[in-house]
Amino acid sequence: MNRCPHQGAGLCEGEITGLVTSDRPGEFTLSRAGEIIRCPWHGWEFDIRTGQSWCDPSRIRIRPYPVAVAPGASLVQGPYVAETVPVRVEEDYVVIET
Amino acid sequence: MSADTRGAIDCDLHPALPGCMALLPYLDQHWREEITSRGLDNLDLSLWPPEAPLSVRQDWRPATGLAAGNLDLLREQVLEPFGTGIGILNTLFGAPALHNIDMAAALCRATNDWVAREWLDKDDRLRAGILVPVESPELAVQEIERRAPDRRFVQVLMLGAAETLLGRRANWPIFEAAERHGMPVALQVASATRYAPTANGWPTYLIEDHVNFAQTFQSQLLSLIAEGVFSRFPRLRLVLLNAGIGWVPSFLWRGTKEWRALRREVPWVDRDPAAIFRDHVRISVQPIDAPPDPADLAALLEIIGSDDLLLFATDWPHWRFEGTEALPPGLPERLRHRVLRENALATYPRLKESEP
Repeated sequence: MNRCPHQGAGLCEGEITGLVTSDRPGEFTLSRAGEIIRCPWHGWEFDIRTGQSWCDPSRIRIRPYPVAVAPGASLVQGPYVAETVPVRVEEDYVVIET
Repeated sequence: MSADTRGAIDCDLHPALPGCMALLPYLDQHWREEITSRGLDNLDLSLWPPEAPLSVRQDWRPATGLAAGNLDLLREQVLEPFGTGIGILNTLFGAPALHNIDMAAALCRATNDWVAREWLDKDDRLRAGILVPVESPELAVQEIERRAPDRRFVQVLMLGAAETLLGRRANWPIFEAAERHGMPVALQVASATRYAPTANGWPTYLIEDHVNFAQTFQSQLLSLIAEGVFSRFPRLRLVLLNAGIGWVPSFLWRGTKEWRALRREVPWVDRDPAAIFRDHVRISVQPIDAPPDPADLAALLEIIGSDDLLLFATDWPHWRFEGTEALPPGLPERLRHRVLRENALATYPRLKESEP
């Protein structure tokens, strides 16, 4: 999954950057900061949102994965559960029932 | 025999200019005196020695006089036997190579007038390229503007190699003018000899000059693509004359491969170089550097991937083939009509205005 479709470089080692485009020679526009990843080996660029390559989007793509920020507990309950016992307070004493 | 090419548009004919003395009637008083007092006459290009076998096909060399030197020879050797519908004259002459840009401009001007008077006026099948002083884009544009109203001039003729790589912005006024007037820019196998024709210095033999010119064309083409000329002038077409096609696949493959890696440097190149090539570049069909087995030509063309690429040409009077076999053996039948006429009509908008 961490492979460039060109020659298999670890894409996660690539630079996360923006998209350079141009309306006419000599002019540069940098947009979409943080949405493009450049392969560390040969510089192929991929759209992080869609997985499409910039050079040949219909044929060269990486697999995109949905990403979201969410609290851990809402995603999955952990496997480890500590033993619990009922506890109450009686006249300044903590009474543990065993 | 001639039925094969009847009605063809021959995109590469080279009328022979005898020399500067033949231009005296077309020069103003100043330049007439300069040329005469210096005894300046012969400005042949080093790639085309007039007596070399390559320069003139044997049966096209007249018993007396200059090969390709007059309209009768053109009619008898090309227009009649090939049944040519339209022929485009591309003068090979050393004037654009002169370091003196004013003299170059005067001689280019006179050459274009000579072509109009001595050739175009005498046969309405003929069209021509505008010879321009390439070392001065400003003067080159002046000549394009002067000649453009004459619709028989259908393209801008440039040396294949001159002072700068063609894509450099200093040359853009020429491309702007060509696009605006609906004229392709054509590159000839001709050099101003400012530099050695190889990246490793001077070759020894004429064969090296001619074989190496495929590399010169690639350097110029890559410069035009990388500098963004086709992005800036999207209607511009580039015609490579005498370029052959054998080098094209590796050029497209390598260009596209490196573009994928390096395109951020040239973001105006917003499509791969192979796509730009297919849209903008046309190549004359003679000489064809086809595979030895004619059956392989279809595969080569398939790899290049453009039915619009090839333009019919005899390259008269250069020695490229025998008889009237100007169409390369193995050319797929479905391309025959495109190569003979349709591709040229699509490349040269001015040809459609007065199509015979």
